[in-house]
Amino acid sequence: MIKLIGVAIVILGFALKLDNIAIILVAGFVTGLVGGMDIVKILETIGNSFVANRSMAIFIVIMLVTGTLERNGLREMAAKLIGKIKNATAGMVIGAYGVLRLILAAFNVSLGGTAGFVRPVVMPMAIGAVEAKHGKADEKHVEELKGMSAGMENVTWFFGQVLFVGGSGALLVQSTLKQLGYETDLASLAKVEIPVALFALIVAGILYYFKDRHLDKTIYGQKK
Amino acid sequence: MDPKIAIGTKLLECLYILMGLVAGYAGIKTLFEKEHKAKIGTAVFWCSLAVILVFGRWLPKLWSGILVIVMAIPAVLGQVKAGPNGGPSKEYTEAQAKKIGYKIFIPTLMMGTMAIIFAVFTKVSPLVGVGVGVIIAAILLMIFSKNNKPKTFLDDSKRMLDIVGPLSMLPMLLAALGAIFTTAGVGQVIADLVSKVIPQGNMTVGIIVYAVAMAIFTMIMGNAFAAITVITVGIGGPFVLALGANPTVIGMLALTCGYCGTLSTPMAANFNIVPVAILDMKGRYNVIKNQLIVAGIMLTFQICYMLIAK
Repeated sequence: MIKLIGVAIVILGFALKLDNIAIILVAGFVTGLVGGMDIVKILETIGNSFVANRSMAIFIVIMLVTGTLERNGLREMAAKLIGKIKNATAGMVIGAYGVLRLILAAFNVSLGGTAGFVRPVVMPMAIGAVEAKHGKADEKHVEELKGMSAGMENVTWFFGQVLFVGGSGALLVQSTLKQLGYETDLASLAKVEIPVALFALIVAGILYYFKDRHLDKTIYGQKK
Repeated sequence: MDPKIAIGTKLLECLYILMGLVAGYAGIKTLFEKEHKAKIGTAVFWCSLAVILVFGRWLPKLWSGILVIVMAIPAVLGQVKAGPNGGPSKEYTEAQAKKIGYKIFIPTLMMGTMAIIFAVFTKVSPLVGVGVGVIIAAILLMIFSKNNKPKTFLDDSKRMLDIVGPLSMLPMLLAALGAIFTTAGVGQVIADLVSKVIPQGNMTVGIIVYAVAMAIFTMIMGNAFAAITVITVGIGGPFVLALGANPTVIGMLALTCGYCGTLSTPMAANFNIVPVAILDMKGRYNVIKNQLIVAGIMLTFQICYMLIAK
C-alpha cells in the first residue's frame, strides 16, 4: 500500500501545478526507497531507462529543419493554401485549417500553434469571411469562432500527431508496454490511430461548420 | 565498431549522436550569448543531455542516472531559459515564400514520408528514416536558398529547443518513473486494489474502465503522458492485456482516450487556457466548451473501437 505514495505524488503534484520535473523525480526516489531500492539502484534504473528511451528525443533532430522551414516561408504558403477555397464561410475556413493541420501533424510539423498561426492567419481569414457576407462581424460570433479555431487546433494536433511513425506518444506507449512484457512496433501503433484521426477531423469539422452556420443565422438573421 | 551489432542499431546510434550534437550546440551557444538571463543553468541542461545522448551506450548506468539528475536540477530551479530571439523577420519569410512557393512542402513532408518508407521497406527503425528525412530536407532547403547554410539550421534548431525547453524531456522522465514503478512493484499493488472494485477476468469491463480512467486521470493531472504510465501499469496491464487483448490496439488507443481528457480540462493550461489569452477571448473556458462534445464523441468511438478490435 505504501508503494502507492509515488502515484499519489504524481497525481497531486500535477493537479497542484508543481514543477513537473521535480514531481517526477521526487515520486521516483520516494517510490524506489519505500519499494526497497537504494539510491544507487534508483539512479541506475533512471539512467538505464533514460538511455534505453533516447529515441524519444527524436524531436531534437526534427528541429534541425523545423525552424529553417519556418524561415523559408512555410507559414505564408500554408496560409495561401487555405485561402484558396472560394466563397468560404468562417466554419469552412476553420475546417480547411483542420484538414491542413491534421495532415501536417501526421508529418510532425506544426505551423506555430495558436500564437504563431491561429491568431495571425486563421482568425483574420475567418473574420474576413464573415465580413464579406455581413459587413461587420458580431462580437459574440467572433468569440465563438476563436473558441472553435483553438478547438480545431487542439483536436487535429492531438489526433494527427499520433499518425507520425515515431511520435513521442507512441514511443511512450511502446516503452510502457515493454515494461509489462509486450513488444509493439511503431508503424502498427500509428496504423491503429488512422480511423481515430479521420473520425476526429470529421466530427470537429462537421460540428464547427454547423455551429458557425447556426450562429450566422441566429445572430445576423434578426438584424435584417 | 563491433561487427556483431546489427546495422540498424548502428544507424540508430548515429542518430542519437546527431541529436546529442544538436543539443550540445544549443548548450554551448548559450554560453556565448551576452544577453542570456540564465547562461549556466541552460548550458548545463542541454550539455548534460548531449552527453547522455551521445555516450549513453557506453556510459555505466549509474553515471547516466547521475547525469539525468544533473540535467534536471537547473530545470527544477527554473534556470533553463530561452536565449535572445534570433528569429527571421516577417519581411524575410514573406520574401522567401514568394521565391520558394509551394515547393516548401516537399522538405516539410520529408521526415514523415521517410519514416513510413523505412517502416514499410526496411527492417531498420523508422526513426532512422526520420533522420534521413531531416538530412534530405536540409539539402533541399540549401538548394532552394543560398542563405540556408549549415549554421542557419543549427541556430534555428537552438531557437526551437529554447521554445520547447526542459518540458520536452517529460516523456523520457516519465518513462524512467515507469521503470522505477515496475521495479518497485507498484503495478501489483494498484491491481490488487482495483480488483476489489471491478471484477478481474471480464475484458469488456476492463477496457471501459481503462479507457475512462485514462480520460479522468488525464483531466486531473492535465497530462496524458503522465496518466498512461500509471494507469497502464495499474489497470491496462492486469485487467485488459493480461486477458490476452491486443497490446498495440489497446495501449495506443488508451493514450488517445487520455487526449479526450486533455481536451476537457483546464489543467491542460497550455492547450486550453493559454489560447484564451492569446486570442483575447472573453470566456476563460470558451476553448474547453468548444471541445467537450468532440471529446465525448471521440471517447465513445474509441471505446467501441477497442471492444471490436481487442
